[in-house]
Formats: sequence, C-alpha cells, structure tokens
Amino acid sequence: MSARVPPDARPRLARGVRLHQDRARGRTVLLAPERVISPNPSAVEILRRCDGTLTFAAIVEDLARVHRAEPGRIAADASALLRDLADRRMVEL
Amino acid sequence: MTHPPPLGMLAEVTHRCPLACPYCSNPVQLDRRSDELDTAAWLGVFEQAAALGVLQLHLSGGEPAARPDIVELTRGAAAAGLYTNLITSGIGLSAARLEALAGAGLDHVQLSWQDTDSANADEIAGFAGAYARKQETARAVIALGLPLTINVVVHRLNIGRVAEMAAAAHRAGARRIEIAHAQYYGWGLVNRAALLPTLDQVEAAHAAVARVRQELQPAILVDYVAPDHFSRWPKPCMNGWGRQSLNVTPRGKVLPCHAAETIPGLVFWNVREHPLREIWEASPAFTAFRGEAWMKEPCRSCPRKEIDFGGCRCQAFAWTGDAADADPACQHSPHHAALRAAVAAPRTDGLRYRRFSGAPAGPGG
Repeated sequence: MSARVPPDARPRLARGVRLHQDRARGRTVLLAPERVISPNPSAVEILRRCDGTLTFAAIVEDLARVHRAEPGRIAADASALLRDLADRRMVEL
Repeated sequence: MTHPPPLGMLAEVTHRCPLACPYCSNPVQLDRRSDELDTAAWLGVFEQAAALGVLQLHLSGGEPAARPDIVELTRGAAAAGLYTNLITSGIGLSAARLEALAGAGLDHVQLSWQDTDSANADEIAGFAGAYARKQETARAVIALGLPLTINVVVHRLNIGRVAEMAAAAHRAGARRIEIAHAQYYGWGLVNRAALLPTLDQVEAAHAAVARVRQELQPAILVDYVAPDHFSRWPKPCMNGWGRQSLNVTPRGKVLPCHAAETIPGLVFWNVREHPLREIWEASPAFTAFRGEAWMKEPCRSCPRKEIDFGGCRCQAFAWTGDAADADPACQHSPHHAALRAAVAAPRTDGLRYRRFSGAPAGPGG
C-alpha cells in the first residue's frame, strides 16, 4: 500500500497533462505525452481538484462532503491514485 | 458499418528534413514541397480528426519546423481540442519559435537524438553540427517548461550507449526517453546490413535498459521498443490495422501506417477528395486488413491473434509477397527461417543516406 499524500501537499497535473472531454466515446480522459488514460469517475473527481492551489486535505474534505463518504477511505484511494500518477510523471505532489 | 474511432493521428506535414538518417520511416520515394497540403487543408484535416474522435495529434515529417506555418498549424490543432505533440529533429527551431509554439498551445515536444557521442551523432544524421543544435533545442524546451521526450532509434552504430543516452536525457531535463530499435522498412531496409545489431548487442542493450530503469525511474521514464527481428513473436503492429491510428502524408494520402504504401495494390484515399471519417471507415486500404477476416493460417487459428494481430502487414509482404501472410518475425511463419538467416548474415559498413529521389530495394538485398 502506498504512503499517504501529506495533507498540506498541493497536487497538480504536470505540464502537458490534462483532462479532456472525449465526446466521441462519452468519457473523460487524461491526456499525457504518448498516453491516453481513461480514469474511472471517482478518479476524475479527484483529478479535477488537483489544480495546485487546493491542499490534499481540502480535496479529501470536499470529496467526503460531496459523496457523504468516510474521509479516511477517500484519503487512501486518492493517495493511491496520485502516487501512481506521480510515479508516471503525470501528477506533481 | 462504423468502426471505433482512432485515438491518434500522425500528420507528416512535410518530407523535407535537414537530417538524412539512414533509418528514416519516410518512404524511399519522398513527397516534394510542391506536393504538400497547404495551411487551410491541414487545418481542415485537424478539425475533422477531432470531430472523428482523434485525441492526440503527432505533428511530424520530415522536419515539421520546415513548414513556415507550423505555429499556425499547432494553434489550429489545439483550438480543435487535439493534444499536440511535435516530433522534431530540433534543427530550425529557435528559442523564439519554440516560445511561439508553446503560446499556440503545443502540449509536448519529442526531440530525436542520434547518439550521445557527438561525432557519431552527426555522422548518423548526415549533418555536421546537428548534435550541438539539438542540445540547444533541448535547453530551450526545458526553459519554457514544456514536457520533453528524447527519442532515440537504436542500431549497430549506437547500441552500446543506450544507458548513457538515458542518463544524458535525464541530465538534459527530459521527463521521458523513448529508446526504440530501428525498424527495417523503406530506408531502414535499404541499410539493414549496416544497421542491424548482433544478438549479443541486443541482449546487452536489454540488460542496460533494465539497469537504467532501476536507477533512473521515475525521475525519467524509460520506454523501450525491443526489435522484432530477434524475437519469436511479431510485434502488435499499430495495435491492429485501422484500429487506433491513422497517418496523413504530406500530399494528403491517408495510410493505416507509415509504411503501408510499400504494399502494392492497396488503394489510399486522399483528404483532398474524401472526408476523413469516410476514409477511416470505408477506404479500401483501411478495410483491407481490419479485423480478422483477411487472416490465413497460421494466424487464423492462433490464440495470439488478439494479442499481436498477426504482426506487421508490410513486413509480411516484404518477405513473402503476400501481405495477408503471417509476419515472418513469428516463429510459426514458414518464412521465419529466412528472417533468422538475414539476422545471422554478416554485417556491412557504409550507409545510404535518406535523400530525395531514392529507389526501393527488396529485403533480400
């Protein structure tokens, strides 16, 4: 299991990485150098908030409120997603 | 009948290039400047591509910066919603021009390196001073904050420096390096006896890549394309014919892959005459090898046909005379032994550089 992202981290999509509305296929994709990733809807919700201004704690709190979910669970899922994308140079923590 | 739309489009906006690399993926018969689509025609193609479902556009050539309108083309592609990737030699790209491209919405730069040994790099590129200018371009890309990938084509003349190239790309600030073995079509086929590494060299390169990945990832991502000539299985060429990508030539012909014109009898439609969607869905060249109906044995009953799609149609034709045969890189191909014999044959020195007005040659010589 990956380490938690620190609460005061301000995750952002790396330059050259962006979410895109893929109208032809009815989905949101993450576009990066030589990569097209199709994140699930919860991952899209997390990535939409990774704008470099919100802290990880604020992102988790917001998602927990919107989805009436347990913050610990959301923090674990979001950490796993963001650590994975950071290892692929798509997210900066 | 409609087909799932393509994800990526390679736009070869020109065949003009200051370099003369002897493994160039362009055809041996190059399109001339007077043949090229104009600005408005390319912009129309980009809009059609985005509407069709293309997500990523690879602006390539030749050298795409040889087009005076490359900034305008990039701006139009970005405005259409396409992810724009510039595949460049780095020659002819000043810092000011790169800044204009970044301002136009360019997402990513792929810069080719021929070697980390500067003299050898210039020798392979057939262009004195290319290496130094590429380093300048890399610095300018990094200074702009654009993500940079270094592309290296690997062959007998540089294969010993795979690890050094990854380390140098990391020092230059690249986020990613793509180390791909040369492919033997077109110019690469003409120069195969000079470019093909030995099995020992290939095994050493595999080990070097594994080592460098351990050391450098994720500081730099190392993508590696192994050579099919040393494998028992064919590559999943283009991830299937007419399945995910298309390629538009300088004159506007639409191909399922960059080498498809080497297969005689295929009819390619042109964006000057047909909408892109119609070409993707119904043009003879795209329907010829789409799906599995065209397959013969040993592919037809092979459980791997959904993994590698029978390999490469162009390579099948080059070796067997029938593009519907199994790729000879596959151990089940009756022609696999001939490919192995070519791999075992003595190497030669001397390169034939990529120039306008070449003549094609068969795989036998």
